[in-house]
Amino acid sequence: MAEAAESPGDPGTATPRPLFAGLSDISISQDIPVEGEITIPMRSRVREFDSSTLNESVQNTIMRDLKAVGKKFMHVLYPRKSNTLLRDWDLWGPLILCVTLALMLQRGSVDSEKDGGPQFAEVFVIVWFGAVTITLNSKLLGGNISFFQSLCVLGYCILPLTVAMLVCRLVLLAELGPINFMVRFFVVIVMFAWSIVASTAFLADSQPPNRKALAVYPVFLFYFVISWMILTFTPQ
Amino acid sequence: MAAADELAFHEFEEATNLLAQTPDAAITRSDQLTPQGHVAVVMDSGGSYGADDEVESDKAALLQEEKQQPGFWTFGYYQSFFDVDTSQVLDRIKGSLLPRPGHNFVRHHLRNRPDLYGPFWICATLAFVLAITGNLTLVLAQRRDPSIHYSPQFHKVTVAGITIYCYAWLVPLALWGFLRWRRGVRERVGPYTFLETVCVYGYSLFVFIPTVVLWLIPVPWLQWLFGALALALSAAGLVFTLWPVVREDTRLAATVLLSTVVLLHTLLAMGCKFYFFQPLPLEHVAPPHQAMSQPPNTLPPTLPRSMAT
Repeated sequence: MAEAAESPGDPGTATPRPLFAGLSDISISQDIPVEGEITIPMRSRVREFDSSTLNESVQNTIMRDLKAVGKKFMHVLYPRKSNTLLRDWDLWGPLILCVTLALMLQRGSVDSEKDGGPQFAEVFVIVWFGAVTITLNSKLLGGNISFFQSLCVLGYCILPLTVAMLVCRLVLLAELGPINFMVRFFVVIVMFAWSIVASTAFLADSQPPNRKALAVYPVFLFYFVISWMILTFTPQ
Repeated sequence: MAAADELAFHEFEEATNLLAQTPDAAITRSDQLTPQGHVAVVMDSGGSYGADDEVESDKAALLQEEKQQPGFWTFGYYQSFFDVDTSQVLDRIKGSLLPRPGHNFVRHHLRNRPDLYGPFWICATLAFVLAITGNLTLVLAQRRDPSIHYSPQFHKVTVAGITIYCYAWLVPLALWGFLRWRRGVRERVGPYTFLETVCVYGYSLFVFIPTVVLWLIPVPWLQWLFGALALALSAAGLVFTLWPVVREDTRLAATVLLSTVVLLHTLLAMGCKFYFFQPLPLEHVAPPHQAMSQPPNTLPPTLPRSMAT
């Protein structure tokens, strides 16, 4: 019986045998046990749903998420029409960028003068509520992008402006003057244009063609306000 | 026969003008419901022509006949307020910039399809432009008088936003409520809906955006000239739109209402001018030792004038 069971599964035969040819030879008698254990060879590379990511080390988890975020940063810096940002959206990148920007933009707590730059909370609120408003506007106009995808794109496209903020802070360490201002102005303008181009490359396709300008204008206003906050940042 | 004539597509402009000029003509014939209803449908379908193609306006006319409003808890309800195209928004902005006595903004440009996109984003733009240009005048002031300390003045953004949004939403609410109260139940066709009033106010604020940018020019009489011009255009638009609704009321109520509207508008314009744009110090060249004692934050004042924007 064993060889009858094995012969249909034998891959090495030169002559192709018809399927189930030997089945008629099998007869099960009472003294053959039809029970046993089934073992599956372990395959740990496939991403299962619950238990396998719980068992991996914390470093693996963090590195995987960081790599995803980094990959999306690259997509923003070199914008081409691809779906990566839209397909696997995540909000880690926007959170990191927003917190970095708000930390760098806040005025020092030493001087409590009333008319200074924005506080941390003000920058945070402007970025997140601005992104939510633009997303709602885009959806109300009839765009077919989901809520979190749009938030993800808008948040990731703040990356050029965060880079501009870093550059501005470094430039402000040098002596102040007209050249200083011109350099900062030029950097902010270039990064502002880069942000707009990057976000339009992802967002504009989701709108019907006769409403594209209506959906893109709030994005322009959003990045303009953030650029203004970066440009007018004065160290106290 | 008249119905067949009005169904002819080349007559829609005159029909719209007729409706704009004499909207109460439709009101007084309210006892003959069937022809009036028929005329109203044709007006709407003719009115929603323009740059759009015929198929869309045919659909719109059909939908207006048998439209059930989705409930206010659904997303589709709010989507109906954003049902505009780029060309329509631009057309409405142009209509608000050039008010003409015969052209009623609501009838001619909104054509029973008010939107919330225009008022919301025009208010947002105006609030940010006010705060930003107000800050820029501080930069210019610092260049003349280096003792003024430049700061980003971020709290002005909050103030500007709250003021503009409250004005553009609470004043139309009050106006609409007042008009409803005055109309009462006498007339079958009421005055403008709340959304149409918000639209009128929102689009009328658009003319202030270029005005505020032009207020950067540090010539006082020019600033007052631009302000007066913008105020005149904006208030004229409001008055021409409200006139057909108010005209039937008593003269006292009509004049009080219109003058209140114009007064509130003037108060807004002047308040913005005084709060966000402080008068510049007198022109004088700062002595060098003063310039060196103050660490220059943006541009030092001893630069030649050609650096001015």
